[in-house]
Amino acid sequence: MTHLLEVRELVTKFYTEQGVVNAVNGISYTLDEGESIAIVGESGSGKSVGVLSIMGLIPSPPGRVDSGEALFNGRDMIGMDPEELRHIRGREMAMVFQDPMTSLNPVLTVGFQLTESLKLHLGMDDNQAKKRAAEMLDLVGIPNPEGRLSDYPHQFSGGQRQRVMIAMALSCNPSLLIADEPTTALDVTIQAQIVELVKQLQEKLGMAIIWITHDLALVAGMVDKVAVMYAGYIVEQAPVHDLYKKPLHPYTLGLLHSMPKLDATGQERLASIEGLPPDLRQNFQHCPFSPRCPYAIDKCKQENPALMSTGPNRLSACWRWEDLREETGFGVNA
Amino acid sequence: MSQENGKEIFIQVNNLKKHFPIFRGVFRRQTGAVKAVDGISFNIYKGETLGLVGESGCGKSTTGRSILQLLKPTDGEVLFRGQDLTQLGQNELRKSRRHMQMIFQDPYASLNPRMTVGNIIGEPLEIHNIGDANSRKERVKELLRIVGLNPYFINRYPHEFSGGQRQRIGVARALATNPDFIVADEPISALDVSIQAQVVNLLDDLKDDLGLTYLFIAHDLSMIRYISDRVAVMYLGKIVELSDKDVIFDHSLHPYTQALLSAIPIPDPEKEAKRQRLILEGGVPSPANPPKACNFHPRCSYATDICSEVDPEFRNMGTESAAHWVACHHAEQFK
Ligand SMILES: Nc1ncnc2c1ncn2[C@@H]1O[C@H](COP(=O)(O)OP(=O)(O)O)[C@@H](O)[C@H]1O
Ligand SMILES: Nc1ncnc2c1ncn2[C@@H]1O[C@H](COP(=O)(O)OP(=O)(O)O)[C@@H](O)[C@H]1O
Ligand code: SF4
Ligand SMILES: [Mg+2]
Ligand SMILES: [Mg+2]
Repeated sequence: MTHLLEVRELVTKFYTEQGVVNAVNGISYTLDEGESIAIVGESGSGKSVGVLSIMGLIPSPPGRVDSGEALFNGRDMIGMDPEELRHIRGREMAMVFQDPMTSLNPVLTVGFQLTESLKLHLGMDDNQAKKRAAEMLDLVGIPNPEGRLSDYPHQFSGGQRQRVMIAMALSCNPSLLIADEPTTALDVTIQAQIVELVKQLQEKLGMAIIWITHDLALVAGMVDKVAVMYAGYIVEQAPVHDLYKKPLHPYTLGLLHSMPKLDATGQERLASIEGLPPDLRQNFQHCPFSPRCPYAIDKCKQENPALMSTGPNRLSACWRWEDLREETGFGVNA
Repeated sequence: MSQENGKEIFIQVNNLKKHFPIFRGVFRRQTGAVKAVDGISFNIYKGETLGLVGESGCGKSTTGRSILQLLKPTDGEVLFRGQDLTQLGQNELRKSRRHMQMIFQDPYASLNPRMTVGNIIGEPLEIHNIGDANSRKERVKELLRIVGLNPYFINRYPHEFSGGQRQRIGVARALATNPDFIVADEPISALDVSIQAQVVNLLDDLKDDLGLTYLFIAHDLSMIRYISDRVAVMYLGKIVELSDKDVIFDHSLHPYTQALLSAIPIPDPEKEAKRQRLILEGGVPSPANPPKACNFHPRCSYATDICSEVDPEFRNMGTESAAHWVACHHAEQFK
C-alpha cells in the first residue's frame, strides 16, 4: 500500500560560518490519507526544518537537504522541479504557520488573497472564486463572510487571522495540511477554538494533518500518532494512546512529568529535566539525550541508539526502553 | 497588620483603577480611556502565592505594575507595610521599592545586553545604596549561587546564556535587595517546557527559603494550580472570581473561569475523548469600550437580561473562614 506521505531518512543541515548545524538527522515517518500525526519537541529540535524540507522551503544557502526522500503520492518532493513543487504547495499540500502575518500580505484584502490562489490553482473565474472564498471564511467560523472579504488582515483579531490562514490553506482542498505551531501565540481559549475547528474540518474534509507543537498536552486529544523530536532526531514514535500511557523514551517521560497535572491537588515538586538541549554542531556518537538523562548508562555515552521497534507501530531510540517498559508505576497515568 | 481568614494581610488592594487615556484629533483631545484595570479589590496574605489568570489583554500586567507603582494608578489604594503606596512621594516610594520587585516574562528583552551579569544583578544594590563595591560583589556571587548559576559567570553578558538561565539572572536581580514581595509576570511563558519546571521549582524553593510573597501572573492554568495558594481570575479589568486554588479548579462558580478551565488541554487521550468542552465564542472585547453591566455577558452561555443591565456584585459565596469571591448573577446555580 502506498502512503500519502512517506518521509525516509531525511537529513537537513545548515552550513553557517559558526559551523554545520545538524538540524534534522535522518527522520522517517509515514502518513496515510486522512491520518494525523503530531510532531512534538522543544524549540530548536528540528520540527519546522523537518517539514520545510519536504515543502522545498529551506533557505539555501545556508540550508540544504543533504539526503533522504519525501514521497508524496509516490512522487519525491526532494529535488523536485521548483515549478512543480509550487503547484503541489498550496494546492495538494498546504501549510499554516504560528504567525499568520508571515503568509498574509498586509496590503492586500483577505478576499483578494483568497481568490488569487483559487484562480491560480483551480482555474476559477472571479465570481466562482469570490463565492468559494466567502464559503471558506464561513467554514472557518468568520461571521459575515461576504462582508469581510474586503477587509485587510489587520482588521481581524489574532484568532480570526489564524482562521483566515486556515481558510486559505484549505481553499484548494489539499490532501495534507501542515500546521506549524498555529496556536502557540494565542490564548488557551482561542487555542481551544482553533483546535476544535481543525478537528471538525478534518472530519468534514478528510485531509491528513501534520500538527507541530511543543506542547504534548495539546495534541493528546487530536491526532492518531505522535513523533517526539530531540536534537534533530525522532526519539520516539507511537500511536497516541500508547505514548501517553507508557512512554518508552526518557525524554518523552520527562516532558510528561514536567507538566503539572491539572486534576491533581497537593502535587509534589515538579520533575524537571535538568540541563539544556545540546549544540547541534556536533555529530552525535552518543545518545543526544544522555547528558540530561536520568537513566543513562555507559553505553549511552558511547553509542547513539537508532530507533528500535518496541511494539506494534512503536519505536524508541533508547538503549533502555525495555527497562522503562518493565518499570512499574512508571507511566504517566500509573 | 490586620488578619483575614486567620491569615496576615500583607498587601491590601482597594478599588484599584488604571485607565489609559485615548487621545484623538489634531488637538490631541482625550476622547476616551482604556479601562485596563477597573476597580479591583483583594488582599494578598503574607507568605502566599496568589495566582492571577485571564486571557491576554485582561489587565493582569497592568494590575501588577499598578500595585508596584511602576504605573501610577488612576484611583484606589494599595496598602503595604502600613502605607498607601499610591500616596507616596518619589523618595518614599524609592525606599519602599526595595521590598517589592518584579520578574518579567521575556528573559531576552528584560536584561540590558551591554551590561555584565554582575552589573545587572548588582544594579538594584547601587540604586538603593546598599553596601560598598566589595560587599556588593560578594552579594552578587551569593545571588548567582542562590538561583543555581555558577558565580564564575559574573563577568559574562546575557547573550551567553540560554533562556532559562537568563530568567534565573532576572530572578537574582529581583532578589538583590532582599524584597519580601515579588510580582512575577508570566515568568515562564517564554521558556521551553523542559525548562519551565526548572524555573518554577526555583521560585518555589526561594519562596520557602526566603519567606517571599508572590503575585504570580500566568496564562498556563495547570502551572497556576501547581504554584498558587489562591487564584484570582481576571476578565476585562475586573476580578471575577477569587478563592483557594482547589476551590477555583474544582468548584468554580463563575462561567468565565469554567470556560478557561475547559480550554486547557489535558495530556491524556482518554480523558480528552470523554471531555465535554465548553468553547468560548469570540475574543476579549476592547477595554476602551467594554460591554455594559457584567462585561462577560456577550460571551457567556448563561447570560440573561439582568446580566446586560446590572453590574454583578463581587460577593463572598463561601464562608467567613473560607472565602469564595464571585461576580456573577447566576453563581448560585453552579453550587
Ligand atoms: N536559516 C537557518 N540558519 C541556520 N540554522 C538554522 C536555520 N533555520 C533553522 N536552523 C537551526 O536548525 C535547528 C532546528 O530548527 P527548527 O526546525 O526551526 O526548530 P523547531 O521548529 O523545532 O523549533 C535549530 O538549531 C536552528 O537553529
Ligand atoms: N501603556 C498603555 N497605554 C494604553 N493602553 C495600554 C497600555 N498598557 C496596556 N494597555 C491596554 O490595557 C489592557 C490591559 O493590558 P495588560 O495589563 O497588558 O493585559 P494582560 O497583561 O492581561 O495581557 C490592554 O487592552 C492593553 O492594550
Ligand atoms: S539511550 Fe541511554 S541516555 Fe539515551 S535516553 Fe536511553 S537511557 Fe537515556
Ligand atoms: Mg519551529
Ligand atoms: Mg501581560
